[in-house]
Amino acid sequence: MSDEVVVKLNVNGRDHKVLVEPRKLLSDVLREDLHLTGTHVGCEHGACGACTVMVDGAAVRACLLFAVQVDGSKVVTVEGVTPTDGTLNPFQQAMQDCHGLQCGFCTPGFVVSMTSYLDDHPNPTDDDLKIALSGNLCRCTGYRGIINAARTAAGLPVPANAADGSDH
Amino acid sequence: MKPSSFNYHAPTRVEEATALLAEHGDGAKVLAGGQSLVPMLSLRLASFEHLVDLNKVDGLSAIERVNGHLRVGAIVRQAVAEHSADVAASVPLLSKALPHIGHFQIRNRGTVGGSIAHADPASELPAVALALDATIEAAGPGGTRKIAAADFFVSTWQTALADDEILSAVEFPVWGPGSGFAVEELTRRHGDFALAGAVVGVQVSGDTVTKATIGLFGVGPTPLRASAAEAALLSGADAAEAGKVAASHISPVDDIHASGAYRTQVTAVIVRRAIEAALKEARS
Repeated sequence: MSDEVVVKLNVNGRDHKVLVEPRKLLSDVLREDLHLTGTHVGCEHGACGACTVMVDGAAVRACLLFAVQVDGSKVVTVEGVTPTDGTLNPFQQAMQDCHGLQCGFCTPGFVVSMTSYLDDHPNPTDDDLKIALSGNLCRCTGYRGIINAARTAAGLPVPANAADGSDH
Repeated sequence: MKPSSFNYHAPTRVEEATALLAEHGDGAKVLAGGQSLVPMLSLRLASFEHLVDLNKVDGLSAIERVNGHLRVGAIVRQAVAEHSADVAASVPLLSKALPHIGHFQIRNRGTVGGSIAHADPASELPAVALALDATIEAAGPGGTRKIAAADFFVSTWQTALADDEILSAVEFPVWGPGSGFAVEELTRRHGDFALAGAVVGVQVSGDTVTKATIGLFGVGPTPLRASAAEAALLSGADAAEAGKVAASHISPVDDIHASGAYRTQVTAVIVRRAIEAALKEARS
């Protein structure tokens, strides 16, 4: 067993210092050491996107990073993307309005990914959104609601035949 | 689903990194973006006693024009290269290949150098490096050396890098006016590794093709050059004929994703499409 190392992280605006093995993934440090369990762990090898967080402003897979690698970084998790006044951010609100979640397991990953993406790309096309969403998997297959939420948050029209899930 | 224990090293100088590799031999592995390595560690397909992280090493993150080449440092993020105006203007084929890699969250961490050093035969950037006759700069304890892309890719996940060397930069030749480039691949889902893929560069003078390069990926143990198809194109063959020539020179194997015969058939089609798109761009 290798020696534990001190890792300093600023998570959602708060400074933390943890003592962890180098092999400990950022996703596990967030959940187990900082008790921020909004970051979900699905596949644990970079395929599903449930663990997506922002590191220094960029959306990344927290399961593909060792916490020690991001020592000194600013991390934003799903707990940190909501406005402080208690409202939801535009994509979160759109997810609620468009029924973009079913079991909810994948939701934090979609929310962090699309919050980051829409901040960086305020005027995406419909195709851009579909490609941007491709890095997150929903095993309920509730993609129609999620795509409509992305369209709504981006100010794009929601096609009439896509208003519900009837054309799956 | 957790990696086995390792000792973590975060050197700040290239010399420190290569000294660590020299000291620990095949017990050490270089960590760049980690988007391929970390899953392999988590799945316990691989384990190493030492990881040498390049992310804090000075001087590996520049994109610069040097002697007719675009030099991309080892840890330039794929997302940075993808959105770089320098890359788009100087090496359009690299710009066009990058969005096919994984998803934007992967490209935010993944590096250009790491993808090439990882040498997955189904990935895009090794084929781009091979097709463009890029030069790979390797840094070792004794200094640096240059390796032609044609000599770099040895087999699946195996390169000409020695155990104590890191890939420190990749130099992509810059093509002149009248050139066009295209990337075509068949994947089950956007971002997956390709069942078969092609990268093409052409340069034209009037109706004549004066320069042609075709790189294939996903259809062999390394990225491949379709040299016979390049020659056919230079001799006046059309895109469909060149595609058939490219397919006739490969022998991809069957695996769980697709049969070799299917990959061969697909290769003829995607090479044709890539040539058509590249020619259209070159003539526009």
